[in-house]
Amino acid sequence: MVLELYLDLLSQPCRAIYIFAKKNRIPFEMRTVELLKGQHLSDAFAQVNPLKKVPALKDGDFILTESVAILLYLTRKYQVPDYWYPQDLQARARVDEYLAWQHTALRRNCLRALWHKVMLPVFLGEPVPPQTLAATLSELDVTLQLLEDKFLQNKTFLAGAHISLADLVAITELMHPVGAGCQVFEGRPKLDAWRQRVEAALGKDLFQEAHEVILKAKDSPPADPTIKQKMMPGVLAMIR
Amino acid sequence: MDLELYLDLLSQPCRAVYIFAKKNGIPFKMHTMELCKGGSGQSPRVGTCRDIPEMRDMRFLSAKHTAILIYLSCKYQTADHWYPRDLQARARVHEYLGWHADHIRGTFGVPLWTRVLAPLIGTQVPEEKMERNRIAMDQALQQLEDKFLGDKAFLAGQQVTLADLMALEELIQPVAVGHDLFEGRQRLAAWRGRVEAFLGAELCQEAHGPILSVLELVAKKTFPVPQPEAYPNMLRRIARIP
Ligand SMILES: N[C@@H](CCC(=O)N[C@@H](CS)C(=O)NCC(=O)O)C(=O)O
Ligand SMILES: N[C@@H](CCC(=O)N[C@@H](CS)C(=O)NCC(=O)O)C(=O)O
Repeated sequence: MVLELYLDLLSQPCRAIYIFAKKNRIPFEMRTVELLKGQHLSDAFAQVNPLKKVPALKDGDFILTESVAILLYLTRKYQVPDYWYPQDLQARARVDEYLAWQHTALRRNCLRALWHKVMLPVFLGEPVPPQTLAATLSELDVTLQLLEDKFLQNKTFLAGAHISLADLVAITELMHPVGAGCQVFEGRPKLDAWRQRVEAALGKDLFQEAHEVILKAKDSPPADPTIKQKMMPGVLAMIR
Repeated sequence: MDLELYLDLLSQPCRAVYIFAKKNGIPFKMHTMELCKGGSGQSPRVGTCRDIPEMRDMRFLSAKHTAILIYLSCKYQTADHWYPRDLQARARVHEYLGWHADHIRGTFGVPLWTRVLAPLIGTQVPEEKMERNRIAMDQALQQLEDKFLGDKAFLAGQQVTLADLMALEELIQPVAVGHDLFEGRQRLAAWRGRVEAFLGAELCQEAHGPILSVLELVAKKTFPVPQPEAYPNMLRRIARIP
């Protein structure tokens, strides 16, 4: 039975999984769950993930949620190259450490940047006070500095000389504010050089393909009022 | 070189690491850190409360509890049930840990701040934030019971894993300051009983002693008063309460 992945490329952890599966030639069937159409709130999807979130994986009878869990599952099941999640304990701990950190810090700020700058005002028609947006963007700035100083430092990739899950998860996060029109890499030559290395390692075409949706998010047509009503509580909880 | 752990038993992930190391007979040298007082001077990479627990093992420094637990379980080849080799069983542990980072971590630590640490430095957290925190905890506990525990013995299967340890330590935090989450939640209470029985009463007492005596120390005015240089970090933490 073929592996099924429930994804929406608008979502940053979904993009990481999509790129990972494609890059490693893992055969899968894509089940697109369009968040902006509220498809994750459908009864059909609740059968897959009662918590109504993407990404989700279905491998026969085995259903798994949570992006990091899915990436590690694929890593172990398909014997991908070692550098994604190294066997060496200390190298592995550096990847784990990054994965644990980004979960709270980077994820939240990238998400808020996208919603405060674009999705709330443009898609949902909810104006965001300028001081809220300013606070969000300055928090993002602090986090980017931390990413550069504490994790990247002077290394080629976040966990060392090779690309790993840490870089994949980081770049797909950072493309969120980029999609919102934030100049994330401007004035940060180290981070920018890293981005170019990551893109090159993943392959430009694949990178482009995975990010088409988010880079067009700015142009989303306004949400249908019934969809908006259904989505608002989830959105507010998500970006709080 | 021996493993060195920088821990504060008032902090929930620190306790998870402490219990794990003790329970598995991993020899380590403990450096006590008083996070809540901003006492982070000893260790090179610690700027804020968030960066604990920290581990130093042959020049390897790591700041994150999940990474530390995984590292220890692999390095010391602890019993398989903690972090199972089986593909699907291990995925369940990671599934829990991912959800935990979004819904448990950062939420269950709040009552200690609102009820004890904020007043200690002369600040109040608005009632609406405390109410929001109670709601967030309730929702998280419901999902914890329904999605993760279900009718299993433990959160990620029929045996104790890192998931149970991480969860228990977080849930103890509000209990210690008088918000008994287990009251009226029989399934969760029974789970707590199983985890504690597995760990053993003595180890639980040792690890939970400091946090469970916080209210008493505050009442007797013997809880250490934070130094002024710790205020900025503490205020930042308090400001982050949603
Ligand atoms: N920790 C989860 C986060 C999952 C998550 O929040 N997914 C978002 C998209 S990025 C979602 O489905 N949101 C819909 C909603 O909350 O209503 C992971 O890494 O997989
Ligand atoms: N860690 C809890 C607060 C409880 C706590 O007091 N732990 C402190 C040390 S005293 C800590 O590790 N805080 C992490 C943080 O500030 O984010 C939280 O923020 O979730």
